[in-house]
Amino acid sequence: MKERPRVQDFDWNLLAIAGAICSIGVLEIYSATHASAMVGMQSRQLIWIGIGLAGMILISSIDYHALLEQAPALYLFGVGMLLIVLLIGHARSGAKRWIAVGGLMNLQVSELMKLIIIIVLARYLSEVRTDRLTFKDLVKIAALTGVPVALILVQPDLGTAMVLVPVAAVGAFLAGIQWKHWVVGVVLIGLMVPIGWNMRHHLKPYQQQRIRTFVHPEENPRGAGYQILQSQIAVGSGGFWGKGFGKGSQNQLGFVPVRYSDFILAALAEEQGFIGVCVVLLLYLGLILRLVDNAQKAKDRAGMFVVMGVTAILGFHVLVNAAMVIGYMPVTGIPLPLMSYGGSATAFVFLALGLVMNVHMRRFVN
Amino acid sequence: MASWNINEEKIPQGRLSLFSYVSVILAIVLLVGFWKLQVVQSGHFLDLAERNQVRSIPIIAPRGPMLDREGRVLVDSYPSFSILLLRDDAKLIEKSLPQIERGLDVSEEDLRDQLDAAKDEPKFQPIVIKPAASEADIAFVESHRADLPVLELMMVERRRYSYGEMLASAIGYVGEVSASQLEQSAGRYRPGDIVGKTGLEKQYNDVLEGTDGMRRVVVNSVGKVMRPLDNVEAIPGKPIQLTIDYDLQAIAETDMADKQGAVVAMDARTGEILAMVSRPTLDPNDFTIRVPADEWKKLNSDPESPLMNRVIQAQLAPGSVFKIIMATAMLESKAIPETFTVFCPGHAEFYGRTFHCWQPKGHGEVDFHRAIVDSCDVYFYNVGKLLGIDRIDYYATGLGLGRRTGIDLPGEENGLMPSEEWVQRVYHHKWYAGETISVAIGQGAVTATPIQMARAIAAVASGGLLVQPHLLKGLTSPKEERFSLSEDTVEKVTQGMYGVVNEGGGTGGSLKLANIELCGKSGTAQLMSYEVGKRLGKNNVNTGWFVGYAPRRNPEIVVAAAVQDTSEHGGEAAGPVVRDIVKAYYEKKTARSQQQASAENPSQVAPAHPLVATAGAKQQ
Repeated sequence: MKERPRVQDFDWNLLAIAGAICSIGVLEIYSATHASAMVGMQSRQLIWIGIGLAGMILISSIDYHALLEQAPALYLFGVGMLLIVLLIGHARSGAKRWIAVGGLMNLQVSELMKLIIIIVLARYLSEVRTDRLTFKDLVKIAALTGVPVALILVQPDLGTAMVLVPVAAVGAFLAGIQWKHWVVGVVLIGLMVPIGWNMRHHLKPYQQQRIRTFVHPEENPRGAGYQILQSQIAVGSGGFWGKGFGKGSQNQLGFVPVRYSDFILAALAEEQGFIGVCVVLLLYLGLILRLVDNAQKAKDRAGMFVVMGVTAILGFHVLVNAAMVIGYMPVTGIPLPLMSYGGSATAFVFLALGLVMNVHMRRFVN
Repeated sequence: MASWNINEEKIPQGRLSLFSYVSVILAIVLLVGFWKLQVVQSGHFLDLAERNQVRSIPIIAPRGPMLDREGRVLVDSYPSFSILLLRDDAKLIEKSLPQIERGLDVSEEDLRDQLDAAKDEPKFQPIVIKPAASEADIAFVESHRADLPVLELMMVERRRYSYGEMLASAIGYVGEVSASQLEQSAGRYRPGDIVGKTGLEKQYNDVLEGTDGMRRVVVNSVGKVMRPLDNVEAIPGKPIQLTIDYDLQAIAETDMADKQGAVVAMDARTGEILAMVSRPTLDPNDFTIRVPADEWKKLNSDPESPLMNRVIQAQLAPGSVFKIIMATAMLESKAIPETFTVFCPGHAEFYGRTFHCWQPKGHGEVDFHRAIVDSCDVYFYNVGKLLGIDRIDYYATGLGLGRRTGIDLPGEENGLMPSEEWVQRVYHHKWYAGETISVAIGQGAVTATPIQMARAIAAVASGGLLVQPHLLKGLTSPKEERFSLSEDTVEKVTQGMYGVVNEGGGTGGSLKLANIELCGKSGTAQLMSYEVGKRLGKNNVNTGWFVGYAPRRNPEIVVAAAVQDTSEHGGEAAGPVVRDIVKAYYEKKTARSQQQASAENPSQVAPAHPLVATAGAKQQ
């Protein structure tokens, strides 16, 4: 055994990028809320970032191999918690996403499930010894992912449920997929689309609404298409240079829906313009590339899969959120990681980065 | 080390690199998306953002007042409140309806009907549920702001016709802009704008109407006003001064109060209308608020046509007043010698038909002068027969009959002066010579409006000057016409009209005024025979005319009065109102010159002219 990895061995570049994104986020949360009843949100976000950093240090100190060893137990714990949420969790915002813990703070069990699925799939995939996954492997991966996805879907939380899928997809891709399975997968997806479209009547009314809004945003500008249109107006009216910090009329007058959270990128686009969007998106690209770099340098398969699981989730978040803000995707309630206001979402990202640090610190070990 | 089997074999780096490339490509796709919105379509979205947050609230410009010739206010505007019902929240309205019903005294059924009628309009557009809110209504809305947020007050400018029915048919009224006006206005009007609908309100709408201002405010996403942006003040409409003399108007109104007909007094030298009455009429104040549809139908189908301005729209048989035209044509055409006399036995036969004189006993031997003074029908039957219809038409048309006078009011009628050509054109047959006999005494096909008759008589008395009647003081370049008449004709005809009032036995003998050369001609046009009238249960089958003027030559004032559905003769029915107006005109004139005289004498301080003294008295 070599010496114990230390905090000094963190990937400081990665942390710097995350820090830059967080700072921009906190400033934009301030700008979006300082003149409203929600004043002071940025302080709460800072506290959550602090909690997240502490969690990151904590999770990086436990060897990821030890975490992976506990994967089955963690999986059962996660699924069990999701069941408890479903059974006794109290309704909040029409969804049973929140569970009271210690009566002090609310923890989103679904966020925890994201971390668990990363660890569980990393564990499973690291055990695969073939260059390409067998059909049995694929079925197992689908089943492992499918159970929590289904449980989160019935909460109902379409957005978070969707987020688990790329972990499995990216993992399977990296582990190697046979050509025939590619074909089967594509055909299956091709079949799912019309079936899903016919099943849309079984969706919750708000989900039906969101899909309808996405397909026909112009139908009712004061109603369903309102959020997307207002977001586009904010983004578009920002122009190249933006209207200036705290000067976005769409943002300041509350036309941008949940401008401090899911639509924070629209608020930023209005006030900081295309230039600001470039900076933010390039920071995210830098974050993703840096994560892939970490994956490439991981000591073993397990570490690589852990890092790429985190990468898949964060990348998916950024892609879906940014696309939603400009009207390329329907409103799904997926926040922009590190920028959107939200305690458990922010904490999750730092814990996920903790896993990455964990792998990074141990790349030279033994 | 971990207890499970770790596969130490690394996966191909290429797959990870592929992930990086895909990330870069997706980042570029997103940036292109932002570029499209923020750079390519930036202008469009800036526009939308502006529309989002800026709400324009019109500031209604008050309409200009109307003043009489001495500056007395006849019509003005005053601020008033309308109560709006905001329709954003249907449930809230449902809950509030009973309370609104009690508080504002409007029936719930009515409110539901209005809501129903507006259900296809955008939800954010409120409806007006009470157009003229009383102080109690305003207090109700103000005190229930918290629990009845669906109510809102809106300030509007409302028209006030200070004297109600006085001059109503000339003034006209205002109302909401119609759909067709809206279309033609090319964006100048918005739905609900108030415009002049009839009369002077319509004629001088462009002057009276101001330019609405605009208050622009910044609103937030729930429509709450955050701060004012800028104001474009409303430009009030300009006042117009009328040629109407309130005092003469008041006398005419009083004299005509319970009659049906029209009176118009005009300055014969300039065409300035001094008084104009059409009865029955209505109070235009009733029109400044919405007129219920059934009420409107009733007004339009009323046989007494209260919406009509009879001075310019009633086309009546002129009766014996037309004999002045005949007399003028006779002398002027020289077709008949001026010494022409006729023996009147009370009737005469033409073309195998018997025509009666209004005097069954007959007038005996009648010359030109007596024919006018006694209004002998038989004399003018003969004149008509000798002149022929085309010669009559030439002089009548020359004196302004059968064509519009050009008065500055909308909807003036032509009247009708028949001719051979007209019969050919309209009825496709030849003129019946017998018809000329009827026309000769102002019956038959000939019709004229009171304003045409006033102008024609004034023209004869002033040697052929046809003025353009007008109500706007200082109308730029009124169109005058000259139909030149010889001095001899004017002298003889005006002598006749002087005789009507001032000589014993004249048809207007009771109208004689001391020190005033009141001249004129009466007329009694029979709409149907007394027998037919009796069968229809109508005792009153006459239109009584009197057209008077003073002085005899080059008159200052001319007054035409037509009283419809009367049993009296023209001199009795219409004469007194003409006399009263002319008398008042001269009394004022005398008072004015006395005042002027005392003003020129500094030792005598004259009291201020009672300009405002009459303003408060409401004419009933």
